[in-house]
Amino acid sequence: MTRVDPAETFRQEAQELLEQLETTLLDLEQAPADRELVDAAFRALHTIKGSGAMFGFTAVAEFVHGFETAFDRVRKSGQPISADLVTLALQARDHVDGLINDPDADTAGGARILTALDAIAPQEGGASDASVAEPVSTAAADGVAGRWRVRFKLPADALAMGTNPLLRLDELAEIGPATISALTDDIPLLDELDPECCYIGWEVVIEATDPQAAIEDVFLFQGDDLDLEVSRIDEPAGEAAAVPGDAPEEKAAPRSEVVTATSAPAAKAALLRVPAERLDALMDQVGELVIAQTRLSELTADGAPPALQGIAEELERLIGGLRDTSMGIRMVPIGSLFGRFRRLVSDLSRSLGKEIEFVTSGEETELDKTVIERLADPLVHLIRNAVDHGLENPDARVAAGKPAAGTVRLAAIYSGAEVTVTLTDDGAGLNAARIRQKAEENGIISPDAEMRDEEIYPLIFAPGFSTAAEVTELSGRGVGMDVVKQTIEALRGTIDLTSEPGRGTTITLRLPLTLAIIDGMLVRVGDGRYSIPMAAVEECVELPASAVDRRGRDFLNIRGQIVPFLRLRELFRAEGETSDFQKVVVVSAGDARVGLAVDQILGNHQVVIKQLSRLHSGLNSFSGATILGDGSVSLILNVAQLIGMGAMKRTPAGIEEREAA
Amino acid sequence: MSKTILTIDDSPSIRQMVAMTLAAEGHQVIEAGNGSEGYAKASTNTVHAVVVDLNMPVMNGIEFIRKYRQHPSSKGVPIVLLTTESDEALKREARAAGATGWMVKPFNPTQLVSVIKKVTG
Repeated sequence: MTRVDPAETFRQEAQELLEQLETTLLDLEQAPADRELVDAAFRALHTIKGSGAMFGFTAVAEFVHGFETAFDRVRKSGQPISADLVTLALQARDHVDGLINDPDADTAGGARILTALDAIAPQEGGASDASVAEPVSTAAADGVAGRWRVRFKLPADALAMGTNPLLRLDELAEIGPATISALTDDIPLLDELDPECCYIGWEVVIEATDPQAAIEDVFLFQGDDLDLEVSRIDEPAGEAAAVPGDAPEEKAAPRSEVVTATSAPAAKAALLRVPAERLDALMDQVGELVIAQTRLSELTADGAPPALQGIAEELERLIGGLRDTSMGIRMVPIGSLFGRFRRLVSDLSRSLGKEIEFVTSGEETELDKTVIERLADPLVHLIRNAVDHGLENPDARVAAGKPAAGTVRLAAIYSGAEVTVTLTDDGAGLNAARIRQKAEENGIISPDAEMRDEEIYPLIFAPGFSTAAEVTELSGRGVGMDVVKQTIEALRGTIDLTSEPGRGTTITLRLPLTLAIIDGMLVRVGDGRYSIPMAAVEECVELPASAVDRRGRDFLNIRGQIVPFLRLRELFRAEGETSDFQKVVVVSAGDARVGLAVDQILGNHQVVIKQLSRLHSGLNSFSGATILGDGSVSLILNVAQLIGMGAMKRTPAGIEEREAA
Repeated sequence: MSKTILTIDDSPSIRQMVAMTLAAEGHQVIEAGNGSEGYAKASTNTVHAVVVDLNMPVMNGIEFIRKYRQHPSSKGVPIVLLTTESDEALKREARAAGATGWMVKPFNPTQLVSVIKKVTG
């Protein structure tokens, strides 16, 4: 691009403007009351001032500023221009002309002209703005990083006016580590919503040293229409330094109030002991509230006035929060349980004469207290098994090239809506041949069944399988692995087992975080409505028309994988109308998957789990019941059990895999 | 990302300054000498931002903003006033008309670049 020096352009431009000014002033002499001419003169001065300052003509800019100020007073006074004023203005003009060519020319003369101009121009109250600089507020610095809360809401028309709030957020985030959450309270109902309006406000928590000036800079343009609050939310103490680590996790927090209220300074709050029954009662009541709210939502779902729908939605949100908080109160670290096992292992070690290193991790992992309580017995059993049957005697270990002391690891870790508890020993591993023999003796499998080792191991969970070849004092006294499995499944959990001969065994328990309320998928099978725990649902697919009527071919090919499915209509002997478009809900536990063919998927809902009465406790296919919005009962499918049924379907039918492959 | 920016100023030297500064950042710059000319260009081109002077002959900056904001193509387009004025009442008037930002002359190129970045992202 070939452009001349902007300063040169300015000189030419100023020359033209000064000529214009001269003409205008002379015209004004003839028509002293012509406002147009006054405006034109003013504009010419204004441009010279602005451009002059731009290109380093400071003397010009300063002088013209005084000139312009005086002329502005004339303009605003509305009085006709006197001949004396025109004369002075023409002198001033000539002075500017001189200044442009020689910035140092005759400053005294300039000052004299300005004074005269000032004297002759009509006086006006209040000094005009002398400074051309944008006022920047400076906040007192205390030099210590702290947490600052910035809440802002842009004017409703900000988007149309070209203000992009995301850019403002980016700028704020540049100041320091920021936690951003949206304030969504003012978003109206959909039918009242104007898509061009900005309804959202933001709350940004910034960690920074004295960010006020920077924050105000971000919003410099927005002015008075902006609703901005900046406040410091912590004490500038050393404790603040501990905060940054957990701040990023809060990034997605939907509600700002919660985020700030529970931030670090409150972490040291005192603990409170509360009788467990009160928590149970609270949970029951929250459960009832959720049910009542579900009914309200169903009633208002269609046709209700928007205002009522708004309230129903608000209630849904609030009750969801109340539910989460109440469930949070019931969460107990699993460490309380692990502590007990330390003693158990040390006792076992002594009585069996085995050296054992017991390693635990994930003590801080929290589970519903009911889950923790019911987990104790199965874990005791599993640990006993690991120590008694898993770990070899020190001599045997040394002979096998392992350290004399055996290791048993107990670990808990969050994975999604579940907690995984693993128990690992570095013992001899399971003896597939012995398990097989035992299973054959007890009639669990037929002697001619062809099974891989991985298929044999789970047989120890089969009812009637006694684990110990020789019953010792500690294990194998009636509480079999089948009871462990049942207990875990009653907790809506799953149990898996892997073993490697000579290397050890790992038992994996997957447990839901809570027992009280879960998200469920509501499906229709015939006239009945059933709930499937959402955590187990992988996907929903259409039941292919070809599969609807073909019995004995209950397998689906889902992206190249063969998944067995159960026809719940047949399983439950359901009556009532079916659907032309049956769906298959694919549920999983661990690596196992099974499809559940249902007539219709009705949607998802909050499932407040009610235990089945003892009368119904024999119903393995159901893990509980819940009350739907209309007051009717929906049974909750026992996913682990159904997956087991699906797997059985698969084992004898090896042909299916080959055909579909 | 390259943006198309309209600069409206009656001062050719200012326009040149704006154009040079923004072109160096890789933006396309369209120039107009007053509000009326600016409106004609703004309504017939796709512009991503407008930098406009306040005091101009024929149609001043605020009149331009009012008129341009009536045009559907102005939706979401930031308009930055570039002027020697820093009077609060004038700023309020400009904001009410639909201005997005305010920049005071004299400006340095870095300021202009950062302001344009600030409003266009």
